[in-house]
Amino acid sequence: MELMPALLFLQSMLAATWRMATPIIYAAVGEVFTERSGVLNIGLEGIMLIGAFAGYSVAYETGSLVLGLLAALLSGLLSGLIFAIFTVSVKANQIVVGAAFNMIGMGLSAFLYRTIYSQSGKVLSLQPFRPLDLPVLSNIPFFGEVLFRHNIVVYGTLLLTLIASFVLYRTAFGLSLRSVGEHPKAADTTGINVPATRYVGVLIGTVLAALGGASLTLAYSDQFVEGIVTGRGFIALAVVVFGSWSPWGAFGASLLFGSFYALQLRLQAMPEVVIPYQFLQALPYLATLLVLISLTRRARAPRALGVPYP
Amino acid sequence: MDWVGFRARLGKQLRSVWTPLIAIPISLLIGAVILLLSGYDPIAAYQAMWQGAFKDRVAVTEVLVKATPLIFIGAGLAVAFRCSIWNIGAEGQFYVGAVLATVVGIYLGNLPGVILMPLVLVVGMAGGALWGMLAAYLKNRFGASEVVTTIMLNYIAVYITGYLVTGPMIETKGLFAQTPKISESAWLPRFLPPTRLHIGFILAIVFCIVLYILVFKTSVGFAIRAVGFNPDAARYASINVRSNILLAMAISGGAAGLGGAVEVAGISYRLYQLISPGYGFDGIAVSLLVGNNPLGVIFSGILFGALRSGAEVMQLSAKVPSVLVFAIQGLVILSVVATGAYRAVVREKEE
Repeated sequence: MELMPALLFLQSMLAATWRMATPIIYAAVGEVFTERSGVLNIGLEGIMLIGAFAGYSVAYETGSLVLGLLAALLSGLLSGLIFAIFTVSVKANQIVVGAAFNMIGMGLSAFLYRTIYSQSGKVLSLQPFRPLDLPVLSNIPFFGEVLFRHNIVVYGTLLLTLIASFVLYRTAFGLSLRSVGEHPKAADTTGINVPATRYVGVLIGTVLAALGGASLTLAYSDQFVEGIVTGRGFIALAVVVFGSWSPWGAFGASLLFGSFYALQLRLQAMPEVVIPYQFLQALPYLATLLVLISLTRRARAPRALGVPYP
Repeated sequence: MDWVGFRARLGKQLRSVWTPLIAIPISLLIGAVILLLSGYDPIAAYQAMWQGAFKDRVAVTEVLVKATPLIFIGAGLAVAFRCSIWNIGAEGQFYVGAVLATVVGIYLGNLPGVILMPLVLVVGMAGGALWGMLAAYLKNRFGASEVVTTIMLNYIAVYITGYLVTGPMIETKGLFAQTPKISESAWLPRFLPPTRLHIGFILAIVFCIVLYILVFKTSVGFAIRAVGFNPDAARYASINVRSNILLAMAISGGAAGLGGAVEVAGISYRLYQLISPGYGFDGIAVSLLVGNNPLGVIFSGILFGALRSGAEVMQLSAKVPSVLVFAIQGLVILSVVATGAYRAVVREKEE
C-alpha cells in the first residue's frame, strides 16, 4: 500500500521534469550550434528574457500564441545579429559582449514590462498552450501522464533535437560548422566562409534561446515576471558542456536539470518536508556545480571556442 | 624623462579617458531612443536623473555612498579580468562578505570597537575571498568554467542569505525579514553628518590605489597580467598559472566581500535579502569601462553611482522605471567595445 503514493510522486515529478527541461533544451540545443561554430554566447539569459517578453507581449496583445512565438523568433534574430556583429565582425571579447547582453536583456525586458503592463497593478495572464493529450497513449497508466499529456512546445523539443542532430552530423552545413569551430584556418582554405558560418551558428543559438524564453511565458506559465528565466540561460551553458556539445547530449542533460527543478518544486509542495525552501530552491544551482566537477574533462570543447578569426 | 616616452605615456592616459567620454554619450543617446519609443520624454527623464544625482550636497554624498560598493567590486574585478578570469560572481562574493560581517557584528558585539570594526571588515573580506577561490579551485582542479560556476555560486549565496534572514538570524520582534542591527561599536564613522557618507568611501579609494600598485608596480601583479595575456607564454616563463588564477580570484572575491562588509558596517547596519541590488553585476561594467584599471574604477564607480542614484529620482519624479539603468549599463559595455574596435581600425589605417 506504500507503493501508491511513491508512484504518484514519481509520476508527477517525471511529468514535470520534461516541462521544466523544455526551455533549457531549446536554449542548450541552440548553444550547441553556436559553440560548435567557435563562438561562446554567455548572453543566453538576457536573450531568453527578451524572447520571453516579446512572446508574452505580442501574444497578449493579439491573442495569438503563434504570433507570440514568431515575435520571440524575431527578437532572437535581432539579438543574434547584434551579438554576431560584435563577436564575429568586430571580434570583441565574447564574454564581455555576453555579459552586456545579460544586462540589456534584464534591464530592457523589465523596463518595457513596467512601462506597458505593470502600471495597471493587475496580473495580466494569457491563455497558454494547452496540453495535447495524445489519443490512446495518454491513457496508459503512469507513462501516459509522464510522456503523452504535454503541450506542443514540450513535444517540439523532440523534433528539434532530432533535426538538430541530423543537421549537425549529416549535412554539409553541419560539417562546415563543426570544422569552423575546430580549425577555422583549415576551413577557410577549403573555401568555407568562416564569418558567415559563425553568423549562422550564433543566429541558430539566439533564435532557439529566445523561443526557449517564450516557452516560459506562453507554455509553462501564462504571464511575464521580471527575471522569469531565473538562471536557466546559465544552466543551459553548463548543459552544453555536460552534453558533450551534442544535441542529444544537451537534451539528456537538460532532462537531468529539469528533474532537479521538478524535485525541488514537489518537495516544496509537501508539508511534511522540513528542509527550508531556500535550500530546495538552491538545488538546481548546486547540482550544476556538482555535475560540472563530476565531468573531469570527459569531452573536449571545440578547439577554436571563444577565439575570434582571423 | 625623454620627450618621446613622455608623449607616448600621455597619449596612453588620454586614450583611457577618451573611451568613457565617447561611450557614455552613445549609450545615453540609445537610452534616449528607447525612452522616446516607450512614450517618455527623454529630456525630462535625464533632467530628473541629473537633478537626483547632483542637485545639492546631500545628493552628491548619496552618489558617493552608492559608488562605494561599486568601487570595491570594480577594483577587484579589474584584477580578475586582467588575469583573464571572468568572475561573474562578485554579487555572491559581496553577499558572503555581508553575511559574515553581520554574523561577527552581532555575535561578537561585546568586543571593543577598535577590535570589532576591523574584524568585521577582515572577516567579510576573507569570506568573499574564499567564495571566489572556490570557483578558482573548481577551474584549476576540474576545468569547470568560472563563468558558470561563479554564477551558480551567486544563486547559492543569495539563497543562503534568504534562509538566514528569514530563519535563524531573523530579528525576533521585527516585522521584516531582516537581522537585528550589528553592535554599534562596529559602525563605520560618518564624517559629514547629516549625510550618510562614511569612511568606507575613503577606504575604497585607498583600496584602489593599493590594487593599482599591486597590479602595475609589483612582480606579483606582473605575473597575474602575464597569465591573463597569454597563459602558455606565462607557463613557459615558469609562472605558475594555477596559483595566479587562485590569487586573482582571492583578490577579486576579497574586494567584493569587503564591499559587502563595508555596506553592512557603514550603511545598512544589518542584513536583509536585497542588501545588494545587483552591485556585483554593475561592477563588471564599472571595471570594463576604464579598461580594467583599478585607479580608473574610482571614476567609473562614481559615475555608475550617479546613474543609480539619479535613476531612483527619475523613477519618482518622471515615473520612468529605474531598471532602465541596467540596460544603459549594458549599452555602456557595448559602446566601450565598439569604441575600442573603431580605434583599432583607425590605428591600422594609420600604419
